[in-house]
Amino acid sequence: MKNTQVLSLKNLSKRFGSVVANNSVNIELYRGEVLSLLGENGAGKTTLMNMLFGHYLPDSGSIDVLGNDGQMRKLVLGHPQASLDAGIGMVHQHFTLAENLTVLDNILLGSEKLWAWRHDRNKARNKILKIIDRTGLSAPLDEKVARLTVGERQRVEILKALYHEVKILVLDEPTAVLTPQEADALFENIDSMTKDGLSVIFISHKLREVLKFSNRIAVLRHGEKVGEIATSDANERVIARMMVGEETIKNPIDKIQLGNPILQLNEVSVKGDSMRTSLNRTNFTIHENEIVGIAGVSGNGQSVLAKLISGLIDPDSGDLLIEGENVEYFSPNGMQSLGVGRIPEDRHHDGVVGAMSVAENLVIERLQDKDVNKNGFLQNRAIKENAETLIEKYDIRGPGIDAKASLLSGGNIQKLILARVFECKPNVILANQPTRGLDLGAANEVARHLLEARGRGAGVLLISEDLDEILALSDRIMVIHNGSLIETVNKDREVIGLMMAGEKI
Amino acid sequence: MIRIEPREMPSKWWTVGIPIMSALVAILLAAIPLALAGANIFEAYTQMAKGIFGSTFAFTEMLTRATPLIFTGLAATIAFRAKLWNIGAEGQLYLGAMAAVTVGTGLIDAPSFILIPVILFAGAISGAVGMAAPTYLKTRFGADEVVTTLLLNFIIIIFLQMMLEGPLKDPMGMGWPQSEPILENGILPQLIPRMRIHSGLIIALISAGLVHLLLSKSIWGFKIRAVGENAPAALHAGINVNRTFMGAAVVSGAIAGLAGVSEVAGLRGYLTTDLSPGFGYTGIVVAMLAGLSPIGVVISAIFIASIFVGADTMSRAIGVSSYLADLVVAISLICVLIGGFVARYRFIRTNKVNA
Repeated sequence: MKNTQVLSLKNLSKRFGSVVANNSVNIELYRGEVLSLLGENGAGKTTLMNMLFGHYLPDSGSIDVLGNDGQMRKLVLGHPQASLDAGIGMVHQHFTLAENLTVLDNILLGSEKLWAWRHDRNKARNKILKIIDRTGLSAPLDEKVARLTVGERQRVEILKALYHEVKILVLDEPTAVLTPQEADALFENIDSMTKDGLSVIFISHKLREVLKFSNRIAVLRHGEKVGEIATSDANERVIARMMVGEETIKNPIDKIQLGNPILQLNEVSVKGDSMRTSLNRTNFTIHENEIVGIAGVSGNGQSVLAKLISGLIDPDSGDLLIEGENVEYFSPNGMQSLGVGRIPEDRHHDGVVGAMSVAENLVIERLQDKDVNKNGFLQNRAIKENAETLIEKYDIRGPGIDAKASLLSGGNIQKLILARVFECKPNVILANQPTRGLDLGAANEVARHLLEARGRGAGVLLISEDLDEILALSDRIMVIHNGSLIETVNKDREVIGLMMAGEKI
Repeated sequence: MIRIEPREMPSKWWTVGIPIMSALVAILLAAIPLALAGANIFEAYTQMAKGIFGSTFAFTEMLTRATPLIFTGLAATIAFRAKLWNIGAEGQLYLGAMAAVTVGTGLIDAPSFILIPVILFAGAISGAVGMAAPTYLKTRFGADEVVTTLLLNFIIIIFLQMMLEGPLKDPMGMGWPQSEPILENGILPQLIPRMRIHSGLIIALISAGLVHLLLSKSIWGFKIRAVGENAPAALHAGINVNRTFMGAAVVSGAIAGLAGVSEVAGLRGYLTTDLSPGFGYTGIVVAMLAGLSPIGVVISAIFIASIFVGADTMSRAIGVSSYLADLVVAISLICVLIGGFVARYRFIRTNKVNA
């Protein structure tokens, strides 16, 4: 391997409001190497790549790229075109191909001038055939993309990038959609491409793949690069520990006596969009005075589980029991009346009606209550008083109770939702990613309310990608992977990290 | 580059001032085609004003024209608030009118205080069914209501032609495709003797007040607003989204049906296929101009009716094409929409980012 540096990210930092997405990240990339970028969701991988592609403008730091003259040059930041011109390409997890066009057309798409008189397709074809020859990335050039398998489509995406003569290729979880065989073929292709001089940044959660075929591994955690290691020195345990961190839990929660079972799932199966996101014969029980954490990489069945408990979908088979009673009819309203409080994953999309006022959003789940609804009419005075009390009690800061909810910050929107949920004194609480994107203060507030609810006898199902949060708050932890839940024996971060990556322990 | 960002707090002045400004700008812009048509601008606008305010007759004519527009504007407002795109007010209007002549031309004979409510009720039900059907298809099968309601308009008009050539045809109508006249007891009372203005206007104004009350003060209206602004969040909060759509559809269709009753029982007396010169479609314009506010609908219906009636008078007085009225309405709509955009968003210049 030649040791020519092709890319250097220097001290890149990016903040969104009070949330630090990347803090002074340094990464180098050398010619012909595969660098794996590892990290949990929310560790800052996407933000970092978005800065590399010019979608985000870093708050500080710089990016150097090897120019055609062999010199490192500063990349113009915040300009996607500049990044493309510098030879940086990306294959997204979700493909960006036009299904009704042929493979050849898709590869050419975007590389032709809009007002070109004619397209020299033969020249282009020859160039692509040469690339195929060199790398072994085979694809039927005259077939429509709609008829291609997922693996073939991915090869088309890579061919497209190579056709644009990229020198640095970012693969975002390329194997997530592939069968093991297709994945192996992809690795072989990448191998020959890197021999050809291409440098690859490989984003993945699958430790085994990372170990198998990358040269170096960089690990991000909470927006910072926490470690970098040559693959030859690494093993799964070492990486898992780097990913999830080693610090001890700060305030372990006190043990309290569990009550009766309050939420039970017996052999519940629910179909999702794919096998991976479906729930498969799930069993678990949550008791009074208990917080059960569900750890896992997103897209492994969490959202189906959350929708089920929110009453948005019916189970295909199996039983769901609340306080020992079988739930027959699934609806959000029905779940509410059974005492299930729900903190939705996407608070902007599912949590509040942004165009309506803070006061209105605070009562939107209680439209049947007598103090809100009198003979079908809104009790505006009661609604206002309710809002005044709650913004005080839950410290919801914003322009006032009559202001649109969309004017609140993310943390205050979450506090609004907390107020709505906890004021109803729910027996079961579904908290889905309750602290995602929140600053420390708001996140602590969420934790305090969850623990308070646990203390008064509620059962909490906490779904989170933040392992620290789960470790800090949960009485028991289950790991979700490919739609299956496995209970962990203890709070060993390393073991949980491996289970999240699908390793059998 | 210019970035467009929503204004955080659009002020009251903007929300009221923008439409008025827009209307003035529209009238100024409309002077250009008028001048091109060879008219004396000053003379043209004087004639226009006379056509609206020149006499009691002119003024009541304008209000008579505004009446169906208030109804159809309200119909659009309710549906659009729920993001239910009812483009079928025209068809629902004719359904209402058909129901009115079916029950009002001799099927039942009763004193006015019974027959008029019966006719109104029949028209409202008929219009409601006309909107409930496509909404059912939307909630049950996901059929796009823009397509279904729009196409239903044509089906209903052709159905009406068939009825007017068949069962509803007036045997005394000298062969014209028109219905029998509504019974004397079923005619909506006139408001001023010898003027065409009728109590349909009163019903329209009451409807506007009721719709305002329902949308802003009732649980039903709360649900409609929540579903319209963010259906996933409304669903998540336990609001039955499909039922809310259906509720909005029924009331929207019923009000559009009342527009038909008001025209046939208040103005014409009998039904023909040219009862409405597109009141259903103009209602959409009325509602958009009003920013989907029920009270605003009354004002914008009067504004649009003024332009139509005024431009009519003007075109007759100075001899320019009456299509100029449509042009003025179109220009003012564009101005108000742009104005609304300016009120809601601000434009920020951003400098190119340099390394």
